[in-house]
Amino acid sequence: SSMDLITELTILVLAAFVGFEVISKVPNTLHTPLMSATNAIHGIVLLGGLLVIGQASGAFDKVILVIAIAFGTINIVGGFLVTDRMLEMFKRKPTKEDAKKREARERAEVRA
Amino acid sequence: MTPPLAFSFQDPDFIRVCYLAAFPLFIIGLRFLNHPRTARRGNAIAALGMTIAVAATLLDRQVGDYGLIALGIALGTAIGVPAARAVKMTAMPQMVALFNGVGGGAVALIAWAEFRRYGGDMPLDQMIPTLFAAIIGSISFWGSNIAFGKLQELIPGRPIMLPGQTFVNLGLLIGAVACAVAIAAGSHSEALFIAILVLSALLGNMVVLPIGGADMPVVISMLNALTGLSAASAGIALDNVALIVAGILVGASGSILTNLMAQAMNRSIANIVAGGFGGAPAGG
Repeated sequence: SSMDLITELTILVLAAFVGFEVISKVPNTLHTPLMSATNAIHGIVLLGGLLVIGQASGAFDKVILVIAIAFGTINIVGGFLVTDRMLEMFKRKPTKEDAKKREARERAEVRA
Repeated sequence: MTPPLAFSFQDPDFIRVCYLAAFPLFIIGLRFLNHPRTARRGNAIAALGMTIAVAATLLDRQVGDYGLIALGIALGTAIGVPAARAVKMTAMPQMVALFNGVGGGAVALIAWAEFRRYGGDMPLDQMIPTLFAAIIGSISFWGSNIAFGKLQELIPGRPIMLPGQTFVNLGLLIGAVACAVAIAAGSHSEALFIAILVLSALLGNMVVLPIGGADMPVVISMLNALTGLSAASAGIALDNVALIVAGILVGASGSILTNLMAQAMNRSIANIVAGGFGGAPAGG
């Protein structure tokens, strides 16, 4: 073990307090994107899969670790992408042209 | 004697310095996500931090089997990217639930593989976080899947409750913890470890089934915080500081956010978890 348990617990407690403090008065519209971004960050568990798979010996262990790596990747890639899509809406105020495009799209959808 | 200034990308210290660069990026990213004008940049900054952490880990000497790693990452990308691109804006909460669930599933599977690697015989300072990660990861995986199923209307959105639900849940939790205690006390039984995964899976189902659609976003946020906690726990088991820091950042910020979301709906978390309310469909 490269680190002793007390060092790890110290880091854990300090990082927890950073996590508590990093959220301030978030407007309600940002609740879902913020949840989605933190969701992407816990995809960090992918690193666990990367570190363990080289030491796995049996075929069964390799299979569950490939699944774990795939799951972690979905969590990270999907999480950040989906958050970005939600936040695109905050980028700028919609122009008249956007409104026209949207109207056309909606009309097409109704027809379909 | 090693020459001075010898440098290797595989040096554990180099990898740890990369992690050290990633942490502020996660924190600044989250900070920026609090404000509409900077939110999108915040997400990109956090994603950069993640890229650095993953790239650095791939350099670790402990990492092997690059073929299988490439396979896993390719599979995950092939599933995750189209799913994230195709989802409609109105279906975002259930997509977040699904992405959260696979994260919890990954934690549970890694804990299982780690348990098997040691033949169930680990030192306690590794065994306890491994068991904790297995329980919380499995709850999060199954709970999130039920949340997804409800919002996607694959299962009825109305609260589904058994008579004596609270006691059933309590029994499942006690059962899972009892198996964990038996393992930690020296039984190396893998059957008991699988029992933990199954009992926690049932608990994850039972906790989310009674919750109505309108309350679901709060529950997803709670499960999100739990997955973060389980990742931090796996970090202690694997001696990986990046997992500890990023996992607990999500665990802590996620629990504050869960509270904010409940407040915005004039509901208490205890009320929501008790279930049976919020029968209206999401957004109602």
